[in-house]
Amino acid sequence: MQKIQIIIIFINSLLLFYIARLIIKGKLREEYAIAWIVCTIVLMFFSFWRNGLEVLAKAFGIFEAPNLVFTSFIFIILIYLLHLSMVNTKLQKDITKLTQEIALMKQKVKKDESNDAA
Amino acid sequence: MTKKALIIIPCFNEEQSIAILLGELSMIDFSGHYDVNVIVVNDGSIDKTAEVVSQFDIILLDLTVNLGIGGAVQTGFKYALENDFDVAIQVDGDGQHPPAEIQKLLNVYHETKSNIVIGSRFITKRGFQSSALRRFGIFYLHWLNKVFTKKNIYDITSGFRLFDKKAIALAARYYPDEYPEPESLVIFAKAGFSIAETPVMMKPRQGGQSSIRYFSQMYYMIKVTIAMFFSYIRKVK
Repeated sequence: MQKIQIIIIFINSLLLFYIARLIIKGKLREEYAIAWIVCTIVLMFFSFWRNGLEVLAKAFGIFEAPNLVFTSFIFIILIYLLHLSMVNTKLQKDITKLTQEIALMKQKVKKDESNDAA
Repeated sequence: MTKKALIIIPCFNEEQSIAILLGELSMIDFSGHYDVNVIVVNDGSIDKTAEVVSQFDIILLDLTVNLGIGGAVQTGFKYALENDFDVAIQVDGDGQHPPAEIQKLLNVYHETKSNIVIGSRFITKRGFQSSALRRFGIFYLHWLNKVFTKKNIYDITSGFRLFDKKAIALAARYYPDEYPEPESLVIFAKAGFSIAETPVMMKPRQGGQSSIRYFSQMYYMIKVTIAMFFSYIRKVK
């Protein structure tokens, strides 16, 4: 095993540990954590099996193995960004609903209070 | 039987113009067919809008977060739905829509019983007209709207509109939050609503800024085009 592999595996373990901690502390929802955990596992996998990248690249007909990494990662990142936009849209909708509900309720409470006072 | 009408005034940082508008509104006598209530939706203003409004004897809905014009107006529709109003009229807080013209919308509604009545700047060339670039944009939207709704509506972007009970119920459930006017017309047309239009005089804004400024005009056109297209192909739930 080469030096770089050990470093990568070490950093990867740290990342995995950190993600686990975030989930435990409730700072990261499990559904978003899935993507991160899968990423670390993939990284881990290829740091153990160094030739794997070359083998895969050849299988896809890509001459330079790093290009496979870039292409696949850019694709995955784009999909993930789309997912985040969806999450954002939902959040925005929810916030709108809540804000409207709160305003209507505040008004109702105020009306009831002034009726009580009268 | 007198019907209940709700005037919805969305405002965002309109401390200068809102007092004038509310003053003018209080002078108008709507006696006759309608029992008129006024509601101001304060869209998370950071100036003294809420303070100014609370000096008047009207209903104030205070949004904690700025939702944009559509979200603010929709809050008014939700109020109208909960409190069983027969018609709702949107009047912008910047003073562009003169309260004296509200009666016109009510009259047209009374005569035509349309689901929506639009107060339009363009049917006759009177009153305030906007700049050339804006007019081109409005021409484009007019064409786009004709494609999507098969209806000839002159002032697509007018926010000065009357909604009947059916339209209130739909808008309370679904109303776009950003630049809502053109998109909502597509939704209303798909729901099979009848839309009437009447010429009104509009004034240049009394203060504050338009929600559509130079840099965002391109964005406005693109966003509205996409929104209208998707509203057109989306199934109405």
